[in-house]
Amino acid sequence: MFDWLFTDDWFPKFDWRWDFAWEILPRLLEATLNTLIAAAAGYLIALVVGLFLALAQRTNYRTVTFAVREFVEFVRSTPLLLQIFFIFYVGPQFGVTLSPWVSGMIAIGLHYSCYLSEVYRGGIESVPKGQWEAATALNMSTLQTYKRVVIPQAIPPAIAGLGNYLVGIFKDTPMLSVIGVAELIHTANAIGSETWRYLEAYTMVGIIFLVLSLPAAGLIRAFEGFVRRKLGM
Amino acid sequence: MSFFEFVSVYWPRLLTGTGITVAQFFLSAIFAVLLSLAFGLMKMSSNRAVKGFAVTYIEIFRGTSLLVQLYWIFFVLPLFGVTLEKFTAGYVAIAMNTGAYGAELVRGGILAVPKGQWEAATAINMSPAKRMWRIILPQALVNMLPPWGNLMIEVLKGTALVSLISVADLMFQAKQINASTYLSAQIFGTALIIYYILARFMLTPFMRWLEAFMSRKLGKA
Repeated sequence: MFDWLFTDDWFPKFDWRWDFAWEILPRLLEATLNTLIAAAAGYLIALVVGLFLALAQRTNYRTVTFAVREFVEFVRSTPLLLQIFFIFYVGPQFGVTLSPWVSGMIAIGLHYSCYLSEVYRGGIESVPKGQWEAATALNMSTLQTYKRVVIPQAIPPAIAGLGNYLVGIFKDTPMLSVIGVAELIHTANAIGSETWRYLEAYTMVGIIFLVLSLPAAGLIRAFEGFVRRKLGM
Repeated sequence: MSFFEFVSVYWPRLLTGTGITVAQFFLSAIFAVLLSLAFGLMKMSSNRAVKGFAVTYIEIFRGTSLLVQLYWIFFVLPLFGVTLEKFTAGYVAIAMNTGAYGAELVRGGILAVPKGQWEAATAINMSPAKRMWRIILPQALVNMLPPWGNLMIEVLKGTALVSLISVADLMFQAKQINASTYLSAQIFGTALIIYYILARFMLTPFMRWLEAFMSRKLGKA
């Protein structure tokens, strides 16, 4: 495996070609846009569905609570890749054909909604019991209590977790390449099979991911501070 | 074709696939633990070069996708003269990715050990290495086991990606059977259930047992 170290011509193997890198850059940037759209769309689905999954686990109906809990556990402990294949291929078997984009968004949105439901749950549970009692004392309905009292207080402690999963969903979008969503890895694969050059494309994809996800942690923290100030916490 | 007929025809391929998945999981998990320990400790080093190296590794592997890392290791690394077989490339990529996340857990676990423990170990004249190995790490291990349970589930899920570089794991077999039969619901459904059983009824109970075992060992329970 390391015999290349002992030959004297190993350096030329590292033949990074700037002109080639420059040539494929527009395609990769276009794919970056698709990746960002996929991540954003999947995340929006996850934000909404996740909230419902979290609330469904707090109802008084034991069956609903149990079923949703098991569903969340199931989705969280099976691979996203397999779920993407499942949603993409099982539909046509029953006469529902979904495009790669639609099934990809459903799969990734559903997968992350299960993670987000746990974050919401933690946030809701962090709201002190006195807040619920005060809302009841003021004769608020359950819906009002959630909307006006509980959820606004549950969001700030949940932001760090929610933000981490936004970065997570962004880093999981490459899996959508397997059903033909033209995101970064799909494009890099295409470039590789057209030109037999893998070095530039895959390396640039890695750098694009780094450049986009490294500042994320700081941005999330800044956003958390902003929301806390807005809500006067 | 009913579900049971389906399973009775295809179970040998599913079983070999599951075997490869489990092998990938164990190899990834072992190397991930070693890498986490090494880089977690290196990140706490006072030597700036060592610390910088660990931070660079952690940020690169946490900042990019596992799939990108896997493809890079499998397709690009040979251009630098390091050719890994696909099976090896699979668990190396997963281990390096998980190691970056695990390093943060190791660091967090060590920082959570009370300061008095460090001082007491120094007071009885233990060398720094002995102090770390005998006093700090065992306690840190108990602190960090719960998040490690989640990370191990991620490792198991991550092994599905090796199918994309044609390692014949469970995911790969499922894809192959699907391509030749189009019985998508049956095959992908069965594979989902197998992954679920591995995660929920084998891995999770084992991690719970390990948590209880370790805290009993330390006389905490």
